[in-house]
Amino acid sequence: MPVLIVDGKELPGKAGTNVLEALLSAGVDMPYFCWHPAMGSVGACRQCALLQYANDEDSHGKIVMSCMTPVTDGARFSVSADRASGFRRAVIENLMLNHPHDCPVCEEGGECHLQDMTVMVGHRDRRYQGRKTTFKNQYLGPFIGHEMNRCITCYRCVRFYQDYAGGNDLNAFGSRDRIFFGRAESGVLENEFAGNLVEVCPTGVFTDKTLAKNYTRKWDLQSSPTICQGCSIGCNTYTSERYGQLCRVHNRYHQDINGYFLCDRGRFGAQHVNSPARIPQPGIRNEEGKYDPLSLDDAKAKVRDFIQHSSRTIGIGSPRASLEANQALRQLVGAGNYSNGMSRNEQVMHQIILDVLASGMKTPTLAEVAEFDAILVLGEDATNHAPLLALSIRQAVRNRSKEMAGDTDIAEWHDAAVRELAQDALSPLVIATPMPDRLDDVASQSLRLAPEEIVALSTEVSMYLSAGSESTASQASSVAQGLAELLRDARRPLIVSGTSLGDINIMRATVNLSLALQAVNPEAGILLAADECNSVGMAMLDNRLSVEELVDRTPETMIVLENDLESRLGAEFAKKMSAVRHLVVLDYLDNATVSVANILLPAASFAEAEGTFINFEGRAQRNLAVFLPQGSIAPSYYLLSTLNDDCLNDSFNDSLNNSTESVSSSHQARVQTIIESIRDEFSPLKRIDECAPDADFLVLGSKIPRMTHRASGRTAMQAEVSVHEPKQPVDTESALAFTMEGNQQQAPASLRSYVWSPGWNSNQSIYKFQTEVGGADTMGNPGVRLLQGDAMPAPFTIAPTTAAQISTGPRFVAQHHIFGSDPVSSQAQELSTRIPTPYVRMNTETATTLGVSGGDGLACQLPHKRIELSVILDDDVAAHCLVYPKLVQTIGLADVAPGDLQRIAGWQGPKDPLKPNLILTDRTG
Amino acid sequence: MSDLPLTKNINGKTPTDLTQYEATGGYVATRQAVGAMDPDALLEIIKDSNLRGRGGAGFPTGMKWSFVPKPGSRAAGEGHRYLVANADEMEPGTFKDRLLMEQDPHQLIEGMILAAYTISADIGYIFIRHEYHVAIARLREALAAAEASNYLGAHICGSDFSFRLHVHVSAGRYICGEETALLNALEGKRAIPRAKPPFPQVSGLWGRPTIVNNVETLCNIPHIVAHGADWFRSLGRGKDSGTKLFGASGRVARPGCWELPMGTPIREILEEQAGGMAAGYQLKGFLPGGASTDFLLPEHLDLPMDYEPVMQAGSRMGTGTMIILDDRSCPLGMIANLEKFFARESCGFCTPCREGLAWVQQILDSMEAGAGRPEDLRLLEDQAEFIGAIGNTHCAHAPGAIEPLASGLKYFADDFKAHIDGKGCPYKQGAN
Ligand SMILES: Cc1cc2nc3c(=O)[nH]c(=O)nc-3n(C[C@H](O)[C@H](O)[C@H](O)COP(=O)(O)O)c2cc1C
Ligand code: SF4
Ligand code: SF4
Ligand code: SF4
Ligand code: FES
Repeated sequence: MPVLIVDGKELPGKAGTNVLEALLSAGVDMPYFCWHPAMGSVGACRQCALLQYANDEDSHGKIVMSCMTPVTDGARFSVSADRASGFRRAVIENLMLNHPHDCPVCEEGGECHLQDMTVMVGHRDRRYQGRKTTFKNQYLGPFIGHEMNRCITCYRCVRFYQDYAGGNDLNAFGSRDRIFFGRAESGVLENEFAGNLVEVCPTGVFTDKTLAKNYTRKWDLQSSPTICQGCSIGCNTYTSERYGQLCRVHNRYHQDINGYFLCDRGRFGAQHVNSPARIPQPGIRNEEGKYDPLSLDDAKAKVRDFIQHSSRTIGIGSPRASLEANQALRQLVGAGNYSNGMSRNEQVMHQIILDVLASGMKTPTLAEVAEFDAILVLGEDATNHAPLLALSIRQAVRNRSKEMAGDTDIAEWHDAAVRELAQDALSPLVIATPMPDRLDDVASQSLRLAPEEIVALSTEVSMYLSAGSESTASQASSVAQGLAELLRDARRPLIVSGTSLGDINIMRATVNLSLALQAVNPEAGILLAADECNSVGMAMLDNRLSVEELVDRTPETMIVLENDLESRLGAEFAKKMSAVRHLVVLDYLDNATVSVANILLPAASFAEAEGTFINFEGRAQRNLAVFLPQGSIAPSYYLLSTLNDDCLNDSFNDSLNNSTESVSSSHQARVQTIIESIRDEFSPLKRIDECAPDADFLVLGSKIPRMTHRASGRTAMQAEVSVHEPKQPVDTESALAFTMEGNQQQAPASLRSYVWSPGWNSNQSIYKFQTEVGGADTMGNPGVRLLQGDAMPAPFTIAPTTAAQISTGPRFVAQHHIFGSDPVSSQAQELSTRIPTPYVRMNTETATTLGVSGGDGLACQLPHKRIELSVILDDDVAAHCLVYPKLVQTIGLADVAPGDLQRIAGWQGPKDPLKPNLILTDRTG
Repeated sequence: MSDLPLTKNINGKTPTDLTQYEATGGYVATRQAVGAMDPDALLEIIKDSNLRGRGGAGFPTGMKWSFVPKPGSRAAGEGHRYLVANADEMEPGTFKDRLLMEQDPHQLIEGMILAAYTISADIGYIFIRHEYHVAIARLREALAAAEASNYLGAHICGSDFSFRLHVHVSAGRYICGEETALLNALEGKRAIPRAKPPFPQVSGLWGRPTIVNNVETLCNIPHIVAHGADWFRSLGRGKDSGTKLFGASGRVARPGCWELPMGTPIREILEEQAGGMAAGYQLKGFLPGGASTDFLLPEHLDLPMDYEPVMQAGSRMGTGTMIILDDRSCPLGMIANLEKFFARESCGFCTPCREGLAWVQQILDSMEAGAGRPEDLRLLEDQAEFIGAIGNTHCAHAPGAIEPLASGLKYFADDFKAHIDGKGCPYKQGAN
């Protein structure tokens, strides 16, 4: 290992990294701006300067940028020399010339990297007398605010947006000291990962509008480590609250999953917690169909009564609820009366995922995806259905450029140089989907195929790969042959598929292809994206009875946990629910199922309830409550388990504070009891209690605080009641406390509720918690991957689809939309303007068969609603496919025969149904 | 064999066409070398000639070319290889490349053919500033003529060597003259310099091996190939080889541009070529190599215009075109004017240049306007140190830009002080 000599001391370095990384990895407080751990170096800001000495005799040294200097054994540097620190101070002084110093009104204040670096370099007195450059700000959509005057021109935003996330509507404009970062004109930033600008920008140029709405400084936020509920990826997040409102979601670094980033569904969709559609209290439906409020005790008594007097009570769980809530329900109704809340189709698909994860097949983490040098995507719309997977694939296609850089002796971190060298050379990525894909721009080949054609193609490729003889092989089409050879000859090929088209055969064919491939290329991997944040967990918990099967058993009472069965199974199925005598629904947001419940119980959202979720790769992760739910709202696991054991405590909050005097070892948190029952009952889940310590966990005698350490007193938020500090609520359910006191620095990663380190108030402080820059957490990466095995699954038999069997009639294909297809995040107010209006997309030929043209409107009448769709002509849609967005409004469309669609006379549809409503400003007055 | 090979065809009136160019020995070197000589042997000749780049930095041309990976090697990769002539010439006070391109375009083209042959480039660009429309037209004409005579295009002179040459007109920024910003501009990207290493020789235009040379550098090549390295070395009066186009602007009797041997003393250029100072003016100082070089004083007049002696005196030979400061012009005004230009032309990529030059400009402007404060001198010194060293900034623009200021602060301290004490420019107050 190369050793650097910095200010006379030896410092370990790693070959292939740069000096800044070495310094940071060693814990040195080295200032920087433009370098980013995931994006490498470009040398723009000049903040990371130090002195490098040419040799042992050199005592003068030369200013170099640590981020642009490769680690070489024995190289001598000084960070502390006056010339070095003076230079770094001068960088800040110059950056500050035009900076407005509006910290008091800046959303970034208190967690601003520019503030931190300014203090760190010791620049204090302003010597500049001139005017400041000012810019006009832009409206960038509902998520992100823009205050260009605060810009320090570090170029991080455009590098993230264009180079890393593949966006093309954010640019650097102009030159000299008048560089503008924004769009060519005001308008919504289109990229699905735009929200990361908020964290990537080291100042307050790009800020989180959802935070601005409920604005609170970082030091006043109450936060906890949470798991994103937006999809099956399971990104790690910090969710923060104040005054009972969710303020914002930030990235929580996880080396194996989301790294430094999140998608906009995850970041902004969490605002559903603040939705006016939240269910505030228990209710009972009266004759008019309205809900009368009910006390929690009365509501529970009623439910107990239903259960006692019903011949059969069933429980419908949910792949978006925690394992704990599902287990509590299962215990309440008995295993034979419990379904994990998935349809038959979903259960089969997720069983396939489970079997693959538990086998000897190579199932990479998201971080590992970036190491594959040839990728085939079969029917999975990663960007819309598992967004961070798409971000990883975008990095994986850069492997070709990294190889080229290796051949030319250019270091990987030398980002601009690698990009200039490689230009548009990319590793092969082949995408087979029915509709245009957001990754097409980096794909070497995009095949537009109907779902059954995707199955046929992958079957053909598998056959070619396993063909013993020339003659079988030669029957394969040239496309299939090309694909087979590409995958076989790659260093590490990866096949990606998932549940986004809801097609079991695509997943089976993917498994078969991966098996065939692994036989000829042992490095081959397979990645299957699951559907919801706990779909894999549900398949692991109890995948026996589907919702359809269970509901067919004529229950008298049915308890539905956080699951809108109408959007899952369609309106026809929903009718069956009405036939059940007592329908009890636990949920936190209004939906179709909620609206037909007899008794409604107000469930806590993810931000108010602890729970374990298992992501697409079988990793169990614990989500911890950020704040206490208001009133009688309670975590579902709590509501269900108290139904079971006659606990009469009305409110969850009281139960916490009254259970025992603060924390004592005799108290067994309710959630812990459930976790232990899961652990003991299901052997594949036996390690779930390892994903976070329980409520008894202490660091130096205290629980882990949810707030930043005490800098002054608490706030005066309750001063009108009493000037004394109110006693903070006690959390006996988790290892976290609602307080400022305690030790965050030494908390395990699964309990760390924010990142902060002395001098590093921004999220950049994460490096202080990494074993090395971009490496593992010093306290161990949180979560546990539960599934592993050595056995290879047997290939599936898929009824062969010959060309003749592929139907040539038009058929519906639902497309996921990052904004709109997940019913929970869609209820976040900010997301609503980004949801497409219902459309149907088809190629010209299919349109001709249907007798429609672009811009037409089509309608169909369902029993209780009418669906209207704008026709979009797009020759990049596979033949015969009628692509429509999976939205609440389009539920049930799949059951309609395309021939039954009616043309709407005089249709005045939206101009561009795919684009969000264009609002050019959100300023009032 | 002319002692002044670069301008031997230039009479200041009619430009040289193909026939005239051939009549004075033009394209002989091309016919002799292309296809017949080993490119490595040519490279040796250029190395031996000790030709140094005329674009400002004076880097040995043969050595630069030798860094281009040999075709077929691992680092060479697959694809095109490029040669670019840097004809951006936006350095204030510099107008030498213009003369060469307007008056004798084939000389540049032949230089590029031979250079391309040496480094196995198959595509070439002449990157030219758009204000040079006369040169652009003449180059295009000359390219067509050379193509028609098979000096350019496929199988040049019947050999296996093919080379296509294009004229690319810049959209116009000073920074486009910096060779890597030039490459980005040529690719259609923002004209921002690239970090070096990697050097363009390894990863240049579109990531491929590329050589960027100044127009004048390339114009020397045909003569070196035709007459040999020894001859070329013998042309210089001092350590450096060949001749150079020197220029003088400012209040001299005859501003202009002349080809003279390398190592010609500055006094000779100023007095014999430029005719001394204009009547009524005294020499106060001069920038020896264009706007981005340090001031020298009358005491430096006997220095030879060779790379090292000028460097030792604290300045740079740069482009070899002097800007003269006379005794009746305000040095601070001159510096302020230059810094305004340099601040405006900053690409905006790195902090010291983007912010630092703009601040310097503001301070100088306020001094000129009579609002200078004593502490401003310290500020200017701090800024000059901050911006001034190669390595402090992402490219050489800012260190070059600050040279007139840094040296001005040293040599004309009294003038700076007078602006502050007198609350304004003493040169404007007196009769001028
Ligand atoms: C800001 C800046 C502007 C430059 N402008 C020019 C120019 O206009 N013409 C030129 O030949 N070289 C210019 N250069 C130098 C080039 O970067 C490069 O060194 C030169 O073209 C190499 O050619 P040579 O080796 O033949 O001298 C400039 C450099 C800088 C830093
Ligand atoms: S907007 Fe932010 S990220 Fe972009 S250049 Fe400015 S300071 Fe950097
Ligand atoms: S990719 Fe999925 S888990 Fe990650 S932030 Fe987006 S919605 Fe959440
Ligand atoms: S010194 Fe920096 S800002 Fe100035 S031109 Fe060079 S790269 Fe651009
Ligand atoms: S962090 Fe090194 S130059 Fe910006």
